[in-house]
Amino acid sequence: MTLSPSTMAAVRASGAVPQAEYLLNVENVRKEFPGVLALDGVQFRLKRGTVHALMGENGAGKSTLMKILAGIYIPDQGEVYLKGLPIRLKSPLDALENGIAMIHQELNLMPFMTVAENIWIRREPKNAFGFVDHGKMYDMTAELFQRLNIRLDPDSQVRDLSVANRQMVEIAKAVSYESDVLIMDEPTSALTEREVEHLFAIIRDLRSQGIGIVYITHKMNELFEIADEFSVFRDGRYIGTHASTDVTRDDIIKMMVGREITQMFPKETVPIGDVVLSVKDLSLKNVFHNISFDVRAGEILGIAGLVGSGRSNVAETIFGVTPATTGTIAINGKEVKVTTPNQAINMGMAFLTEDRKDTGCLLILDILENMQIAVLQDRFTKFGFVQEKQITAVCQKMSETLRVKTPNLEEKIENLSGGNQQKVLIGRWLLTNPKILILDEPTRGIDVGAKAEIHRLVTQLARQGVAVIMISSEMPEVLGMSDRVMVMHEGRVTGFLDRAEATQVKVMELASK
Amino acid sequence: MTSEKATATLTSRRSRRLPPEVNILLVLIGIALVFEILGWILAGQSFLMNTQRLRIIILQVSVIGIIAVGVTQVIITGGVDLSSGSVVGMTAMIAASFAQSSTWARPVYPGLTDLPFVIPIAIGLGVGLLAGIINGWLIAQTKIPPFIATLGMMVSARGIAKWYTKGSPISGLTDQFNFIGTSIWPVIVFLLVALIFHIALRYTRYGKFTYAIGANAQAARVSGINIERHLIKVYAIAGLLAGLAGIVTAARAQTAQSGMGVTYELDAIAAAVIGGTSLTGGIGRITGTVIGAIILGVMISGFTFLRVDAYYQEIIKGIIIVAAVVIDVYRQKKRKV
Repeated sequence: MTLSPSTMAAVRASGAVPQAEYLLNVENVRKEFPGVLALDGVQFRLKRGTVHALMGENGAGKSTLMKILAGIYIPDQGEVYLKGLPIRLKSPLDALENGIAMIHQELNLMPFMTVAENIWIRREPKNAFGFVDHGKMYDMTAELFQRLNIRLDPDSQVRDLSVANRQMVEIAKAVSYESDVLIMDEPTSALTEREVEHLFAIIRDLRSQGIGIVYITHKMNELFEIADEFSVFRDGRYIGTHASTDVTRDDIIKMMVGREITQMFPKETVPIGDVVLSVKDLSLKNVFHNISFDVRAGEILGIAGLVGSGRSNVAETIFGVTPATTGTIAINGKEVKVTTPNQAINMGMAFLTEDRKDTGCLLILDILENMQIAVLQDRFTKFGFVQEKQITAVCQKMSETLRVKTPNLEEKIENLSGGNQQKVLIGRWLLTNPKILILDEPTRGIDVGAKAEIHRLVTQLARQGVAVIMISSEMPEVLGMSDRVMVMHEGRVTGFLDRAEATQVKVMELASK
Repeated sequence: MTSEKATATLTSRRSRRLPPEVNILLVLIGIALVFEILGWILAGQSFLMNTQRLRIIILQVSVIGIIAVGVTQVIITGGVDLSSGSVVGMTAMIAASFAQSSTWARPVYPGLTDLPFVIPIAIGLGVGLLAGIINGWLIAQTKIPPFIATLGMMVSARGIAKWYTKGSPISGLTDQFNFIGTSIWPVIVFLLVALIFHIALRYTRYGKFTYAIGANAQAARVSGINIERHLIKVYAIAGLLAGLAGIVTAARAQTAQSGMGVTYELDAIAAAVIGGTSLTGGIGRITGTVIGAIILGVMISGFTFLRVDAYYQEIIKGIIIVAAVVIDVYRQKKRKV
């Protein structure tokens, strides 16, 4: 028996339905895309008033399951029960009206409208003449915010809000639909420590009100901090569900990858050479000030700091994306002027940017086209003609070395998982034989397996004498990989820590100074 | 995976996957067959078995086609060029003024008649190139949207075409100059241009960079591509080809008028879009554009053949252009899921 959503809503409103054990119950769901079996015989059970984490590597099927729950995909097989009744969701709106709200990784708010307008869109309170009653809408929003302990002006424009605050607005919007189920897709990926705490406080509060929260994350420590239960998926299959108090970090990783990852951060001590890159008093007006540091051959310099501390801006300036206002950059002891990325590449620099989608991938193009683009500037061309055979062979070899999972190089990069996309982009830069490699969040949103591979690769490059700068928000990564850590706060360097003395606490102290 | 095995999968995949032009070609064949059948039913004669008609179709297509080859490249970078029709008019006028014969009673430059044909051609190409460089420079340096920059050029170039002789046409062109408009020379010029830029887009660094900029300009920049310089190149080529189209138009008509090329830019954009070029950038091929231009030509000829009123022709043309984009959007959506 499958009821239409409107009937379901009516049945629920009548109160005739007994309280089911599970808010959501997914049985034996299968979903196939052309060429890919995304989910096969998957189950998932969400209890009332719990936070349930979905864990798995990229491509494990978490996103597909989540999109089925949110009405974006329709399963090929299997049943979804909402509070004990079978339901077939046909659209995100359908899901929303049945009390399932999703907060996307890419936030879906209209930037040029106010907070209140965004929350009540399609449901604006109206006055006697049928016009929107802005006063009432303001009050409704204020009331909602008070309930959630969110301090925001309902009249402010969304485009003026930080990512964290936009997320708060999304959550408030979801709550305003009286949702029973809230799906959060990596909600903390762009938040600072403090903002994460606020978010967690709100999540706990919602949980105590009986709302079930599906929480997708790659961060292990969040799992232990906020989740009551977790389910693990691997290659489109359901592996198991456990209480988060019952297991250790290693157990989960083992479940996720189906093998033991012996060394998460395979840092080796390699001989450290001469100073390759030397930055002195580098400033970018209103963004960062008087940054000075050296990086030596074979050294990995970690840059830590909160989001917005200017870490990425420093990298962009060194690479010529946004030229410096004052200060100097020297390579191998010789002062250089870098005003375009092209110059930076010619000087032996490579820069893996923070945002894969925005500044990294040529999404609609294939792997080969993505990988070769930086090296074509001065190699693999003759009289302007690309030497297809040579470059294809080189890219093929690179993609094998980096173990990019793909049938061939003509696959569009948008069809690859995040980890594989990142490998292609790393390949793009390795082809240029860089002497200085700048990595900005090299493993963000990437599964554990690919992460370990990237870390191993970075270590290997350091051993070959490449000077590496690694920016990361993930503390274990910074601490595990760096020879030295430079900490930034509000556009200034607040300290350097040697590998031996760097601890999470010390870095956090400097980062929030 | 061993490397032999890898190359094996690569090549087998390459041969198995049909190029996207095949679909467009099928559409072209389909449309031609529909006219053929309607021809027998309504007019009692064949549409295709008429070499005279086929010749006219390809001749008509070639001017739009030359422009469309340039416009396709502009659209691949994520831009658009609205100025090509006006540039056709402007270059037709200026080139023609240097191609007049001394036998003509009132030449524009009485002292400069009977010049060898390379001079008016070089001047025409130069004028087109200059217009393109201005377009590209405006877009790359001032960051104004291509729509606005080329709209400005569209209006100004048309103005120059009219101002040049205060509106009067330029006639009495030398036979040497007119030669490139005779017989099937315009078609040869078109196919040559298409071949050159097909190769340029597919096999050269210029082509790779053009697609990369259209796919993600920011990523292309970080990868070391000088976007400003490249955009100027692409718009300059589009201008140059519009100039070439202007020369061919004047030579075909054996005269130049300031109103030449009106709405050609729209036909060129339509040809590119029907041929599979995506207005969001990063996707498009010259082969598709060539077929797209032929589809437009076949339709105009077919409607005339069936004696469909010219008003209806325009209405239907508009519908077909929109339909092509709708299909493109639908195709991309399907590809994503």
